[in-house]
Formats: sequence, structure tokens, C-alpha cells
Amino acid sequence: MADTLIRQGGATRFTQAVASLGANTGNGTRLAELTPPGQINLRGRPSDPRFVRTVGAVLGCVLPLNANTVTSAAEVTVLWLGPDEWLLVTPAGEETALIARLREALGDIHAAVTDVTGNRTRLRLSGPGARETLMKGCSLDLHPRGFRPGQCAQTLLARGGIILHQIDDAPTYDIYPRRSFSEYTWMWLSDAVAEYQR
Amino acid sequence: MLTINCPWCGPRDETEFGFGGEAHRTRPADPSALSDAEWAEFLFMRTNPKGLHRERWVHSHGCRRWFNVERHTVTNEITRVYQMGSASEAAETAPAAEQAPATAAIEKQGSRS
Repeated sequence: MADTLIRQGGATRFTQAVASLGANTGNGTRLAELTPPGQINLRGRPSDPRFVRTVGAVLGCVLPLNANTVTSAAEVTVLWLGPDEWLLVTPAGEETALIARLREALGDIHAAVTDVTGNRTRLRLSGPGARETLMKGCSLDLHPRGFRPGQCAQTLLARGGIILHQIDDAPTYDIYPRRSFSEYTWMWLSDAVAEYQR
Repeated sequence: MLTINCPWCGPRDETEFGFGGEAHRTRPADPSALSDAEWAEFLFMRTNPKGLHRERWVHSHGCRRWFNVERHTVTNEITRVYQMGSASEAAETAPAAEQAPATAAIEKQGSRS
């Protein structure tokens, strides 16, 4: 049944309108909603070398043990959420197979693998005005000396909880709001970014 | 507005945190053996010092972990941030803590008499 459903973002009734207006111009700062990715919550003991090694082998990249950091392989991005908690982001629809592989490999190792795909949507903000746009509503120090590509944070944007992930120096950010907050976050961001698109 | 140095995530605004009241209050082992006055003492009475106060905070909008803070109730200066739990629990989470940016601020609960 599930594969007959169409995955769409949480802010589509706005994003489609924006596309038809031909927005996202100006100095090249762009805001877009991406197809909601597969999401897996992974918990386990970072002090258990079997856990770290097994997960690393399945994912094809090292589990990020440093706070607020991200690692990635071809088909998965791993965001540090807490000292024993990670978010695995996969292409849409590929989360189920990865969960099965993780559970089989982990066996009796103390860990939890949970499908949280419906939890968050993904917005992408990119371009010269992206950092200033976020700074209007986020108390994190986003200066390049404090927050760089490959870093992530769970924080507040305009009082709504998000996961923020900096992709590159453009700067490009991926913003993961809760699905029920995605329209609100979209509206706030599209207002905040407007001055950089004129 | 306080800036609280989360032991895991580093310095963040107070708005990301929740306050959990006074720390290091131990629930009586056998509440049914207590008098009403003793039980009320545990439930309702707090030290409320003018000076250093040890209290619990949770990083609600970040890593969602609880930890302890020592804060001066007059100046709001935070003098210590340290992890919850016994020495054994603290040791278990130590590897990640060593790589956290706030390591210098972390002290084990047991180090204070």
C-alpha cells in the first residue's frame, strides 16, 4: 500500500505558488523545499566499539562522535543529535532497506533503530544571503568561525525547533522542521529571505 | 538571558533549555515510613539560597539531555556545569563527552563533597 502514496513536503501549497511566481531571484539566495527524505533515529552506546564499528560498516561512513558534526556516505547522511543519538537521512524510500540491514547487523548489540521518516521535512536555503536570513531568527553563532560545513545543530528558528545542517560555504543550509511546523517555518523563511531576492 | 554551556552541545541561549528545580534531592527510600511532616519536607521544601545554587536543566530544544548547573542566584553567574548521575553512569558516557566542545566545563558530580 505504502508505495502507492506520493511523498510530498509539508509546505507544498506555498512552494508551488512561489514557483509559479518565478521567485528565488535577486542576488541568488534561494529557498526550496526538498522531497522529504527517509529518516532513521539511531541510538546506541558510543563507548561500545562493537556498536560504532558495526554501524560504520553498514553505513559506509564513520559514526560522528563529536558533538554537532555530520558524516556522510553515498546514500546516507548521519547527523549527531546527542551523545548516544543520531539521525540517518536517506533518499526517499530507501530507509526501510537500511533499517533492515542495520537491525540484522546489530543483532544483540544494545541499540535502537527507529523509522522517523514522517517526523520532519527538509528545506534548503542557499546563497549569499542565507546566513543573514537565519540570523534573524536563530540565536546560534553562525559565523564561519563558529559554524561550518559539516556541522549540525538542534536549535530554534523563530521559536520553532529545527535541525540545522550546513552543507557548504555558499552557504547552503538544510533545515529540518517538524512536519507540522513546516508551513510556519516556510512562511517565516520566505519573508526573512525576501530582501535578499530583490 | 542566560547563556548555558550544555555539556554536550556547547553554549546555547537559555530559551533552548527547561529548568528542573533544585538538584541532588534524594527521594526517601521508604516514603510510607515517613511522618506527614517529613514527607512534606521532601515534597515541598527547598533550600532557596542567596548565593550558589545547584539546579537541574534540560536542553529541551537541543540534545534533550538533563544536566546540573551551579548558578549564583544573585548575579546569575554560572560557575559549574556538570553531568547527571552517579560516577559509574558518568564514566559510561565519558568518550562522547571528551569530544564535546564543553569538556572543560564538565565536572563529575562526585567531585564535590
